[in-house]
Order: sequence, then structure tokens, then C-alpha cells
Amino acid sequence: MSPVSRRQFFVNSAKASAGLVLAVYLPGCNSSSSKPFAPNAYLKISTDNKITVMVPRSEMGQGVRTSLPMILAEELEADWKTIQIEQVGASTLYGSQQTGGSASVNSSWDPMRKAGAAARQMLLAAAAQEWGVDVSSCRAVMGAITHTSSQRRLSYGELVGRAAKLPVPADPPLKQASEYKLVGTRVGRIDTPAKVRGAAEFGIDIRIPNMKYALLARCPVIGGKVASFDDGEAKKISGVSYVGKISDSAVAVVADSVWGAMQGRRALKVQWDEGPNANLTSAKMMESMRQASAGKSVSLYAAGDVTKAKGRRMEATYETPLMAHAPMEPGNCTAFFQGTKCELWAPTQDPQDCQKAAAEALGLDVSHVTVNVTLLGGGFGRRLEHDYGVEAALVSKACQGPVKVIWTREDDMQQSPYRPATFHKLTAVLDGRGVPLSLVHRTVAPSINLQKGIPLEDGVDPDMKDEASLIYSVPNALVEFVRVETPVSLGFMRSVYGMDAAFASECFIDELATAAHKDPLEYRLQMLAKDEDIKFFETVWKTARMRGVLQLAAEKAGWSKPLAAGHHRGIACFGCFGSYAANVVEITMEKAVPKVQRVVTVVDCGQVVNPNILEQQQQGAVIFALANALRAKITLDKGRVVEANFDDYRPLRMSEIPQIDAYFVPSTEAPTGVGEPPVPPVAPALCNAIYAATKKRVRSLPILNS
Amino acid sequence: MADFTLSVNGSDKKVSVSPETPLLWVLRDTLEMTGTKFGCGAGLCGACTVLIDGAARRSCKTQVSQVVGKQITTIEGLGASGLHPLQQAWIDEDVPQCGYCQVGQIMSAAALLKKNPHPTDDDISNAMEGNLCRCGTYQRIRKAIHRAAGDNVVVANSGGAR
Repeated sequence: MSPVSRRQFFVNSAKASAGLVLAVYLPGCNSSSSKPFAPNAYLKISTDNKITVMVPRSEMGQGVRTSLPMILAEELEADWKTIQIEQVGASTLYGSQQTGGSASVNSSWDPMRKAGAAARQMLLAAAAQEWGVDVSSCRAVMGAITHTSSQRRLSYGELVGRAAKLPVPADPPLKQASEYKLVGTRVGRIDTPAKVRGAAEFGIDIRIPNMKYALLARCPVIGGKVASFDDGEAKKISGVSYVGKISDSAVAVVADSVWGAMQGRRALKVQWDEGPNANLTSAKMMESMRQASAGKSVSLYAAGDVTKAKGRRMEATYETPLMAHAPMEPGNCTAFFQGTKCELWAPTQDPQDCQKAAAEALGLDVSHVTVNVTLLGGGFGRRLEHDYGVEAALVSKACQGPVKVIWTREDDMQQSPYRPATFHKLTAVLDGRGVPLSLVHRTVAPSINLQKGIPLEDGVDPDMKDEASLIYSVPNALVEFVRVETPVSLGFMRSVYGMDAAFASECFIDELATAAHKDPLEYRLQMLAKDEDIKFFETVWKTARMRGVLQLAAEKAGWSKPLAAGHHRGIACFGCFGSYAANVVEITMEKAVPKVQRVVTVVDCGQVVNPNILEQQQQGAVIFALANALRAKITLDKGRVVEANFDDYRPLRMSEIPQIDAYFVPSTEAPTGVGEPPVPPVAPALCNAIYAATKKRVRSLPILNS
Repeated sequence: MADFTLSVNGSDKKVSVSPETPLLWVLRDTLEMTGTKFGCGAGLCGACTVLIDGAARRSCKTQVSQVVGKQITTIEGLGASGLHPLQQAWIDEDVPQCGYCQVGQIMSAAALLKKNPHPTDDDISNAMEGNLCRCGTYQRIRKAIHRAAGDNVVVANSGGAR
């Protein structure tokens, strides 16, 4: 398979799975009445009325184990209480299973609806046949088919045998949004009870017979390699059973307990070949990006002619640092290599990529590698990487037995792929009233996708296509990308380039509003006043919907009302992954340090499947983004990551959490992303509030470093 | 290696491990009780929180030799019969997202309510400051603690549709 971008995966998968759903049969499942009814790959109904929905996306906290089954159950007219789920591992039945790009609900919307609707039709037909009545006189209600005039009723389980013999309808009619009973309601999460009992099984909790534990010593310098190692002391540690080099850059220590493996790794002596990056620093990297900003660029968006605009010229530059995802569950994967096959238990956001990478590393055919997907203790993009999977596969092969590779927090902080550092230069020309005649946003950044072997599209990183880089109506506009190289391993972090783009562009818009002596909300609304479609690659952004989120955020935040003494606020909006988001951040200043008091966060993500989970995602996105804006920074010195644990890379804690009021704009448009879109407008809204308080602009993140 | 008898959730458990082994790994690897989580190994995130004689302790920084003769309570034994009121409140507020840190959060909250049955918001902040959550469930954690305490505190506007 040739490399395909993360984004293209979603586009393809949405198309493929829509057709796939009715074409795929599970062999044998439809032939006997005692077996479950499985009209398609998403659904099984057993004779005892258990309805199992297959979930081909990974549960990392965003609620797919609840929201995806809700979509199917709605069309099936199932009783929600009878729904259970089965987590699907790497499979060939579902198109891409990558969990990212805020795309799980969006790309499952049609397949899940059609899967439920097709089954409902078959159950209706089965009941009509059984009773010898016209199908139009039967109704599907709460997991049963009823015949009102004769008061007869058969549960889905009772109809399984007959329904399984019927043809699967190709294009079942779908419900109108006005008919929804389950979709759009605050359903409690399926996974909550096990999580509060400590019974939920994350990757790190997997236990298989005779399993050992491994830690890896990896070169502390980016791109460095193992020169030699001395395992004498490590092997003296009780329980250590294997020490060996498993790749150019890592030595594995295997023991019968995690603690034993930790002690073994501590005792291991490795000579590193530090390679070409031993003098790399973050400061040098940022300096080279500043210099590159004058270089050759490609255009992401162009309107009019920016060279023609004459008037008051404004210019500012913005910088963002490397950041770490730091999910709470440290990296891990369990593998059992057995000669011609290998089985993995992985907390992964991309089981198919994990499968492919492990197969390549082991020299096996992909079909001989099984990947089971566990619960993920956070993802945020970190678990799109297959590093843990490949390591576990190689260590299992090397030590000839089942093994769980565990990363420590320090490993996670210092050896991970990071959100790239970025540099932005914005320029504008204002007319006499302060309205932009032209706007240019030049982003200097490395390409995450290209580093992973996924080609650029039209010269830009494919992930940049999902952001509404410029939604405002400006007659002459240019959004450009200057690509730089970096030896630092890069990863996709929640909202990817969106966070950086929004920080720069929405802070700059605020600067323009100030220059124009306009209220920041009014200034934005003025540039969005006309109903327009702004086509940005394949997404059509609507100024009306952006206006909608801004106005709702302003209304809920009381934008037109005076603030309490000492309080200040800022506003920002952004669009990515098909959704529109706006935030108002309210702060106080305590000894020159901003304290966030309240955040109003608003999203327009089309049809909302579960407002309970949406609210979680909005609150979580705000907190994640506040931590990024305030403190998140990975520093390189001598080619090494300086930060090591949660004392020097500090997420927000309980006492720092503001009141977060989450709202959404009701819509019956097809659902779009939720996990990421609220992130980008947080940092600029906060920085704009800081300006309101101090009259000083934040042009470099993190704020508490500036 | 040395032999220890530990009192875990009211029953005696015999283990044979080196004395400096953190309680966390004894619980997870030796006793196969994986509800208690590894997050940082440095007492910074609270994912490994257990109760030792009723007080919240970080099991990743507690050596097994230090807890002999003490009552160790883990999530598996928190609700002696059924769910602890905090666990029920956690379900009612639908607190967890990824859920990885939640066991540690609940154990810290249990220690708090034991000492202070009706905590204020500040009490909650103080008691929960050592427990990190990357998904950002803090607002619901606060609500769930108030709920379990039987206190009807309005924490924040819950938002929703326009």
C-alpha cells in the first residue's frame, strides 16, 4: 500500500465503508438459526436478544464505544439497554480504522445508520412473513416488531432465524433528524462503570500466560544509535532474563516484573553514538525557522492580489514550541511472536498501521499479525504512532516469548514524537477605517506527514487542508507554507497545525481590531457579515456558521455587559475538521500571571450525537489547550529533551481549572469533528484577554515563558 | 528477595519481592490487581493512589517494606459491598473520559471524604491537587465529590444547546 495521508484515509474510509456495510457478510453467521444474525460487519443480534455493535475505532476517552453504537441503535429501533459492544482489532472489513482527525463519528455516521436501518428492514420483513401480514402494517419499537391491529409482538431475538435468510437491502430508508429518539440525547457512557471500578482493561493491564516485561534503553540524543553495551550488571538483577539490542537505537531489558526490568535498565551500560544532532537546541531550531520565513513558499489559499493593497501596514510574528502529548497511560504494547505469526495487544489509535509496521519489522505477511485493540489511557495523537507495537514485536521475537514493553514517564516525555515548533509571519494592509484590504499569513513549519513518508499534496502538508486558514472575507489574501526540515521526530497532536495557526491568526486579528479602534467581536463579525462560502481545498466554510459560534459565545459570556473589577476577556474563533468553534476566555491577573476564571466554549459540529460526550470533549479540549498555551514546552539542549516528568512538563491541576461553560449550535447538518476543533481558539482568546489586561501582546508560546 | 505479608482490602496476601519494590508493582504484577495505575513513577500524577490506613498515598513511591502491618485499600476493595458512594457519584456525573487516572482520583477523593465529609471547593482543590487528568475531567470530578458528599453545590453552568 502506498503511503496515504491521515486525512485522505478518512475521506477514503468514509466512502469505502458506506458501500462496504451491506456488501460484507460474516461467513457462516447467516446460515443457521441458532447463530447470531449478522446482516453486516457492524452488528450481531443473538437469539436471546443481545445486540452487539462492533466498534472499529479506538476508545481513548472520546466516547466512541457509546456514540457509534447510538447511531446504529437509533436506526435499528433497538432498546439501548440491550446494546453491548465489541472492540474490533485490526481488520479488513471496515476501511481505515485510524482514530484521529476528529473523524470517528463523522465517518461512521452513514455506515452505522445504514447498518441499523438495513437490519431493521429485515426484521420487519421477517415478522411480516411470520404473521402473513403486509410489512407496512408492522412497526419496529424498542427491540421488537409489533403488529398493532392484532396486538402481536416478536422480539428481535425471536426473529433472528427468519431475518437471517432474507436479502440485505441495498439502500434502506434512513430516519429524519426530527424522528430521532436516541441520537441527540444525553446518554451515559457504556464504559463508565468498569472505569470507576478499576476493572477497565487498558493496554498496560493486559496479562497473558508466561508474559515478561521489557524496558528499552534508547539513545537520549535525537537520531543517535547504540555503539556498544555492557549487560554484565543488568543481568545480575534478580528476574532479568534477557538483554539485547533490538534495533540500531535501542537495547531491551526483559525481566519477570516491571520493577525488575526498571532495575535492569538502570544497571545496563550503553555507549551511544550520538550522531549529527548532539549540538541541537530549540533556540537554534527557532532561529533557523525565522530565517527560513523569507524563503520559498507554497500557497494554501489565495484571493485577489495582496501586492496591490495600499494603506496602513501591520506586521507581527508568532512562535510556538515543541510540545508533548503526555497521555496518562505511558506507552506500552504486549506481543507474542510465535515463529510464523505474531499477536499484539495494543492501546493504539491505528491498529492497521500497527499491524503493518509490526509485520514489516518481523518479516511476516500482514495477515499473520493480529492486533487486538485495548482501551487507551489517553491518545491526543500520540497513539497514532506504531513505535510501541514494533518494539514489542521485536522484543518478543528476540526473547522468544510473550512480552509487554512499557515506557516510563521519562521515556514518554523524552523519546516521543512531538508537536512541531512553528513560526508565523502575518502582514495586513488596512484601509482608512481599519478594515483589512489584504492579509498574508505565512507559516514556517516542518511537514509531519512528509517525515512519515506520506507525500505532500499540492506542496502542503495534507493535515493543513483541514483547517479554515482564513475564513474572513478579505479581498486580497494569501495563506502560505514554508516547509523546513527537522531531525526531531514529529507527531500529530490534538488539532495538529490548527492550534498554531489559530494562535497566530486570531491574535493578529485582535491586533488589527485594536489598530482600528474596534471591539474585537464587532471587528470579526464585520469581516464575516456577508454570507459567503469560502472553499478551502475540499471543505466549504460558511461565514454564517462562524458568525453563529461567535455570537453564541459572546452572548453566553455576556460580552456586551461590563466585567467585574479586575476581570478581562478575549475572544477567538477557528474552523477545523469541518467544525466551527469560538471561545471567550475571562481572566484576572495575579502578580503579572494570568489566572483563567472562566471559558465559554462553543462549537457547531452539525448533528450532535450525544451532548453528554460533546460536553466532555469541549471541557477537555479547553483544559488541554490551556495547558498548551500556558506552560507546554519541550526544550532541546545538546540534542536531548530537557523535560522529563510532570514536574517540569506541567499539565493543569484541579486548582487551576476555570469554570468552563460548553455550548453547541443545534444543527441537522451531518456531524463533523468535536475532539479537536475547540482547541485552536483557546490560546488566542487567552492571549487576547492578556492584552486586554496588560496592553502587552503575547507573540510566543508558552505564555508563562514569554 | 524477602517475604512480606500485606493486608490488602482486608485480606492477608503473602508476597516474595525485594524490599525496595514499590507497592504499585507488587499490586499490579505480583497480586495481579491492575486497577491501580502507573502514571509517572515519581509521585507527581496520582494515578497510583491507594489508601494506607485510610490516607491517600502514592503507591509508586511507597516501598513494600513500609506498608507491612498497615491496612492497604485499593479500588478493588473500596466499595466493600457494591459501589462506594464516590463510584456511584462518578457514574451519575459520567466523569471518566479515557478513565486511566480515575481510580487514583476516586482514591484521593475517598481519603478526603473520610476526613472531611462535606468539603468546600477549596478543600477539594487541595485534596485533589496531586491527581492529574489529561482528558480534563476536573469539573465533573468536583461535581461528583459534592454529589457523593450529599451536598447540593452548583459548580458551574453545565452549558448545552443554545
